[in-house]
Amino acid sequence: MFKYFEPNKIFSITSKAPKYVLILFVIVLTIGLVESLVLSPEDYKQSHSVRIMYVHVPAAWITLGIFSSITLLSVIGYIFKIKNFFLISKSLAPSGFIFCIIALVTGSIWGKPTWGTWWAWDARITSMLILALFYGIYLLAWRIYHDKDQVFKVTSIITIIGIINVPIIKYSVDWWNTLHQPASINILSKSSIHSSMLFPLAIMTAAFALFSLLIFLMKYNTELIKIKNKGLDRL
Amino acid sequence: MYGKKVKLRFLFVSLILITLILSIFLILKSLEENVVYFQSPTKIKETSEIQRKKMRIGGMVKENSISINSNEIVFVITDFKNEINVTYSGIVPNLFEEGKGVVAEGYLKDRNFFIASKILAKHDENYMPPEVKAALGKE
Repeated sequence: MFKYFEPNKIFSITSKAPKYVLILFVIVLTIGLVESLVLSPEDYKQSHSVRIMYVHVPAAWITLGIFSSITLLSVIGYIFKIKNFFLISKSLAPSGFIFCIIALVTGSIWGKPTWGTWWAWDARITSMLILALFYGIYLLAWRIYHDKDQVFKVTSIITIIGIINVPIIKYSVDWWNTLHQPASINILSKSSIHSSMLFPLAIMTAAFALFSLLIFLMKYNTELIKIKNKGLDRL
Repeated sequence: MYGKKVKLRFLFVSLILITLILSIFLILKSLEENVVYFQSPTKIKETSEIQRKKMRIGGMVKENSISINSNEIVFVITDFKNEINVTYSGIVPNLFEEGKGVVAEGYLKDRNFFIASKILAKHDENYMPPEVKAALGKE
């Protein structure tokens, strides 16, 4: 079904869309930054360091979402031999990797004034570091292997092994004693973050998602150009 | 519908996934002692022998238990079932206060006394502006 996608058709979208996504991203990011850095209240306990959360939490959400999507696409792509899904996965990975690093670094900056340490080897933080390593391995695999069939197999295996880590990250704070606090936002129960702080969090999440989309479109566009240059008429 | 190859690949991926989930689950289950970042005071009470190695104890700082002497700070970590006395000399994090979460790193002297070399404050999952906290406190 997806095998006979016409690159020219997708290309006309991916070459024009980044412009509009960029404009939208800048607008949403501006609103998000004003909301989170100026308009939102300080926390009763952490005072202004709560503002780090508006970067940390969306970055962590996006990186987990992207890794899950990469895995799903790679596995389906592997089973049904859909090359296009691998190219989408490849183009998604860099922004996921960057957001993983951002989540780790901002968490560290937040940890120093709050916990009193930059780093702790607790289950949540360590499993998040493992996710960053999996992103690294995944991206390296694309650089190392050039044979198409080989790279598709290797990256699928990496994502299948890596996906086991995702539920561990999510539930590490519930399963074990960790220094990291449990989740504040739950679909089923009331959130333990005050509503005045939820709004900037949502806007920042939207801004980061748009940034991922922008990077994805640019990367995917490059992949399509490569295919075009090779003179192939379909993916 | 789908070819035989597709079915085989699906089986292949499913088996890898199931095997991995089971083995990771077993590994984590058997490593539970080391995966936890800190022990609770109840856990310390239950252990038969005191180990002379570095460890972490976590819980709540008991209300009205902090006393600061000339060069050390003494307080009680509680998990509302059991308690442990902690002595520490050094700088405490800003968020270290009575009734809040804490993790102490150091050595056990005996089952009731712990000598900490490092204190970490644990933050809970509640975020709210000071006005809301004040309003909640009045109720």
